[in-house]
Amino acid sequence: MLTINKLNFSYGDMQVLWNIDLAVHEGEIVTVVGANGSGKSTTLKNISRLVAPQSGNIDFQGENINSLESHQVVERGLVQVPEGRKIFPEMTVLENLRMGSFIKSARPTREANVERVFTMFPRLKERQKQLGGTMSGGEQQMLAIARGLMTNPKLLLLDEPSLGLSPLFVKIIFEIIQEINKQGVTILLVEQNVFQSLKISDRAYVLETGRIVLSGTGSELLSNDHVKKAFLGM
Amino acid sequence: MTFSVLLQSIISGMLVGGVYALIGIGLTIIFGVMRVINFAHGDIMMVGMYLTFFLFTLLGIDPFVSVLITMPLMFLFGALMQKVFINRVLSALPQNQILLTIGLGLIMSNSAMLAFTSDYKILTTSYSSSSYSLGGISISQPLLISFLITCAITVGLYWFLMRTDTGQAIRATAQDREAAQLMGINVKWMSILSFGIGSAMAGTAGALIAPTYYIFPQVGSAFTLKAFVITVLGGMGSIIGATLGGIIIGLVESVSAVTISSEWKDVVVFAIFLLVLLIKPSGLMGKSRL
Repeated sequence: MLTINKLNFSYGDMQVLWNIDLAVHEGEIVTVVGANGSGKSTTLKNISRLVAPQSGNIDFQGENINSLESHQVVERGLVQVPEGRKIFPEMTVLENLRMGSFIKSARPTREANVERVFTMFPRLKERQKQLGGTMSGGEQQMLAIARGLMTNPKLLLLDEPSLGLSPLFVKIIFEIIQEINKQGVTILLVEQNVFQSLKISDRAYVLETGRIVLSGTGSELLSNDHVKKAFLGM
Repeated sequence: MTFSVLLQSIISGMLVGGVYALIGIGLTIIFGVMRVINFAHGDIMMVGMYLTFFLFTLLGIDPFVSVLITMPLMFLFGALMQKVFINRVLSALPQNQILLTIGLGLIMSNSAMLAFTSDYKILTTSYSSSSYSLGGISISQPLLISFLITCAITVGLYWFLMRTDTGQAIRATAQDREAAQLMGINVKWMSILSFGIGSAMAGTAGALIAPTYYIFPQVGSAFTLKAFVITVLGGMGSIIGATLGGIIIGLVESVSAVTISSEWKDVVVFAIFLLVLLIKPSGLMGKSRL
């Protein structure tokens, strides 16, 4: 579904991604784990075309998306829920959700999708008139995921959805990710919460200082000595 | 000074303030979406004034009716400016953006000087100096009409921004450009649209004051400064702030001209401006965005 081939990227003179090879197949949950600054978010920014890759190819459903603009990537069904939620602060919960169905292909399913995400996140329904900027971190994360779902994504990119959340919210978010996947949305997850994310992943990649150093199924990596030592403190 | 003179100046201040608000709203939309301060704003207004002047003198179209032509033309003018020039500097340093907009403004005012000379032009309509009388207070007819048109445009714009998908997408772009991109919003197009709307507001303001103001190529610079004061006073990026700012500046100018003297009105305006910023540095409406 998504194939990344020899992706290189630099911020100015500093190269942050080195020959990244990565694939996501339809129906999977794939995770990229790695420490702070290892290049996880930058990889997602390249996929969403918020930045332009230096070299390498990004293909989505057989189409090269290197030369597309971000909004065109979204129209293809490749949607990112960004790190730090990035909720529209001066818009209500409902307005935020409706912005999620701005693209033409998502407009006809707008009302049905609002109902769908309200069932998934009852708390958002209760707070639908509240301004996005006034919600708690966990609620904003729910809203960010719900807003992403409003676009009818085929592949959902999730950047650090559990960052800064209380253990209860972390548990809810990981359950929700699995539920979304069961409903037919392929997931590419980027996480620092290595244990939780590997547990729910079909496959995973380990990113270190901009290079992929390991890959395998979630359970393989959970029992890998390097992963245990570097991320799980075992 | 009698009470009726004061009331008189309050009313005409409000009416002028409405047009100021329109100029401020244009600047604040452009700033809100692009984070670019448009130093050519007053010059865009000047283009609107000349457009109105020639529509009137050459084709005999009433200035207030000509808003229907001026507004879409100025929208296209601004949209083109954004597409050709401003879109290129959106990620550039602020000083480069300032240089670009100042430069564009200079080109406009000097082109106008070249084409129309720097003579003052006056647009005189049959109702230019007529007024309504209400309990001893006279209300200038052109000012009243322009105020009503301003109100209608402001309400319409507010409705567009709050109730339509495109309007909401403009707000989304202003609130978080990157998140807007991730929702499939073409932010470059939204920028073109916003600069178009901002220019249409400035051009319309130009059309509305054309019957009561001198028209000359350098008329813009004073209004750029005024627009800047209005938006900073109200809070950069806030439409309600700009509306409030415009009316306050209009009122202060008018009331201080009668109570002190008209040479002192700018001093009073800037004193109040500085005072507000001292107490509330982010402006009256604070950091709120579109």
